[in-house]
Amino acid sequence: MIYLDHNATTPLDPRVLKAMLPWLQDRYGNPSSRHALGRQAKAALELAREQVAALVNAHPSQVIFTSGGTEANNLALKGRAMAPGRLQVSAIEHASLLGPARAMQREGWQLDRLPVDSQGMLDIEAAVASLNDETRLVSLMWANNETGAIQPVAAMAECCRSRGIVMHSDAVQAAGKIPVDFASSGVQLLSLSAHKIYGPKGVGALVVDKSLELLPLLDGGGQERNRRGGTENIPAIVGFGLAAELARLELPQRSLQLEHLRGRLEQQLAQQLPQAVIFSSGIARLPNTVFLAIPGLDGETLIMAMDREGIALSSGSACGSAQNEPSPVLRAMGVATELAQGAIRISLGKDNTEQDIDRLVAGLCTQVQTLQGMAAATAW
Amino acid sequence: MAYSDKVLDHYENPRNVGTFENDDEAVGTGMVGAPACGDVMRLQIKVNDQGIIEDACFKTYGCGSAIASSSLVTEWVKGKTLDDAAQIKNSQIAEELALPPVKIHCSVLAEDAIKAAISDYKAKHQG
Amino acid sequence: MKKPIYLDYSATTPVDPRVAKLMCSYLTPDDGLFGNAASRSHQYGWDAEDAIDTARKHVANLINANPKEIVWTSGATESDNLAIKGVAEFYAKKGKHIITSKTEHKAVLDTCRNLERFGYDVTYLEPKSDGLIDLNELEAAMREDTILVSIMHVNNEIGVIQDIPSIGKLCRARKILFHVDAAQSAGKTPIDVEAMNIDLLSLSAHKIYGPKGIGALYVRRKPRVRLEAQMHGGGHERGMRSGTLATHQIVGMGEAFRLAAEELEQDYAHALKLRERLLKGVSDIEENYINGDMERRVPHNLNISFNYVEGESLMMALNELAVSSGSACTSASLEPSYVLRALGRSDELAHSSIRFSFGRFTTEADIDRAIELLHQKIDKLRSLSPLWDMYKDGVDLSTVQWTAH
Repeated sequence: MIYLDHNATTPLDPRVLKAMLPWLQDRYGNPSSRHALGRQAKAALELAREQVAALVNAHPSQVIFTSGGTEANNLALKGRAMAPGRLQVSAIEHASLLGPARAMQREGWQLDRLPVDSQGMLDIEAAVASLNDETRLVSLMWANNETGAIQPVAAMAECCRSRGIVMHSDAVQAAGKIPVDFASSGVQLLSLSAHKIYGPKGVGALVVDKSLELLPLLDGGGQERNRRGGTENIPAIVGFGLAAELARLELPQRSLQLEHLRGRLEQQLAQQLPQAVIFSSGIARLPNTVFLAIPGLDGETLIMAMDREGIALSSGSACGSAQNEPSPVLRAMGVATELAQGAIRISLGKDNTEQDIDRLVAGLCTQVQTLQGMAAATAW
Repeated sequence: MAYSDKVLDHYENPRNVGTFENDDEAVGTGMVGAPACGDVMRLQIKVNDQGIIEDACFKTYGCGSAIASSSLVTEWVKGKTLDDAAQIKNSQIAEELALPPVKIHCSVLAEDAIKAAISDYKAKHQG
Repeated sequence: MKKPIYLDYSATTPVDPRVAKLMCSYLTPDDGLFGNAASRSHQYGWDAEDAIDTARKHVANLINANPKEIVWTSGATESDNLAIKGVAEFYAKKGKHIITSKTEHKAVLDTCRNLERFGYDVTYLEPKSDGLIDLNELEAAMREDTILVSIMHVNNEIGVIQDIPSIGKLCRARKILFHVDAAQSAGKTPIDVEAMNIDLLSLSAHKIYGPKGIGALYVRRKPRVRLEAQMHGGGHERGMRSGTLATHQIVGMGEAFRLAAEELEQDYAHALKLRERLLKGVSDIEENYINGDMERRVPHNLNISFNYVEGESLMMALNELAVSSGSACTSASLEPSYVLRALGRSDELAHSSIRFSFGRFTTEADIDRAIELLHQKIDKLRSLSPLWDMYKDGVDLSTVQWTAH
């Protein structure tokens, strides 16, 4: 089986697992306990906080651990929902951001979308022009989960800051793949997840400018400086910490490797499947992501066929993959519904090889031929 | 919560634990704090004819820092005149024991205990 | 450093090695089981979904629920938040009154306090001195606009078991929703959401040999209980709780619950034997007070106050034992336990309480060592205590004029 769905989730790095295991077994203390086992857990918690902070150039005290990216996005938005105002989010945000945004809309917030261009990049002029006195909060993801398109976060943050508007960025897909610098970006809130960077599922973080007031989502217990109640998930947090550290240290070499593999993939596609349309190919993308469509072919069908070949792909966001609707991201980019129906996402990981790419392209060619043959036969 | 080595040392091996006869003319007793607050210190001094504190002892109900603070001041007051002993400040105690901010009140209590013992002694010797 | 003897099972438990083993197969790439359960396009996703379904069955089984009634959360704190805020928001038009008790976990109390700021009216029942809720008081507190009663099954500090079946009956008769925080009771004492008329039940994995960071909320389907979701996003968990499911955590919780169901009687007998041993061993220490009713109580908990010794110094003296004074979530602060104060214990006795909680991996030798240390250290601290002297001299401490500070 070849796994090419790393934007959905990644396997746990064996080094991370090794670091986590003692915390599942012998070192099981509750960090709020004052005895030796509790203090040991507390020390591990604080080390992980430093490691996560370092990945995005933040101060450890700015890191709030959560149960994952979804909770981080919920906390970022609802934590700032003191009194209704205007909330503006980009048109290509993840469901975990749109969910709380819509919940706030039901509570009386005005929710507006910031448009993107045909490459899936925020239309920054239109975005800035749309800001007004009512705008309280802007959310723009660092990089898109489907297209991989990297967004002009710092530029937008500067415009927000000069107008006194708080800005959040969902960096779940970007962190660990490209440099993310919280301190210099100008955003005040940043969401992170462990399981997209070879850490465990069930843990994430919200990085928060300390001067920012934040309403907790989970009340009780007073953990995380009263901003997130609940016993800390120490094994997972330890895993997140190490995964973040490894991502930081290995980022240059990982991105070189991924760019190399992606180059190979796109070159082969150009030669062997020239009809394939690669989305966002004209702008800076995450080095691991290729989002493409083959005109006239249904993406879901192609993916199922590839799965039988032993190659795991997806048609886009895992969170939307239950519904058989075309990607909202592509819709926002103005991609025709027919073409969007054909979309498949290839997201590479640090352990993929050249052979994986070659097998993928060979598999795609075979399946595309078969499916087109079937389509032709049906049409006949 | 991590305790400093000095707190641990006084806690493990408290100096001058004990009781002097309260009726003794040479003894001054100071008891400060309240059980409901979690600490009560009883500090006693024995003063010689020259007005020098010859001996001191304590008993304390309280946390490790409270026990260490009172143990430490029994050592410090010995050999001092009443006036010199009255000069001992809580900040010196806190510094010596490296008390964290949440434990500063223990050093305050120890300072109060010295003052209370001295004034008890002085009250006995008025007129 | 020598490993302390762990007697703090109510704060958290070690993961059972059998649970850890199963979790590992969902963490490493070796078995290819690391997928995202929401991925519907490949085997990795399907395998993860299957594993989660199995775990759901195990959790449902322990409380006699249908697997479809289980919603995964990040832990009991989130379950409590979701149950209480979710009901409060959904049923706000029906009423805004909630009943709970003063000895609930902070996850319930802080959530209720937060709701008060949004115009909800909360009644906090005062338990009797044995820690139990007075059913007559509860009934008297119920009103036309009461939408929810939230009472914990087993108290985290003193281990008393509330009369959940009777409370359930009272609630059902008045069509008031009933939420139970069962973080401390699951696997320790039987739970039957049907027989007990429970509508919502919070569960935690790390209190019963499962991993931290995972819990569940039971949400009744018949008659249907509605909730306003608190975590929005991809629409996971039937829209009630979004977020990528942490497969290994869920698998761990499922396995822990399966083992708990299988070994409940054995675990119970083991804990009871240890508690009797501990109780007998400390009975000759003067001036000790057991906190909480001894009859209606889980066997793995013993909460004792030792008069005339201060709790924190006792904890320090007992550093060879990992025990807690009061609940772990508040023990970073120096306040006396709010649970013991609600029971009417004096501040002094509340200050000097120690919670012993033990479990599957505690041995008789652990208990014997604890008994030995308790005798030694309490003797030492009392020899240092002016209060002990006064008590021995027959002074009534309540008549003493203390200097305030």
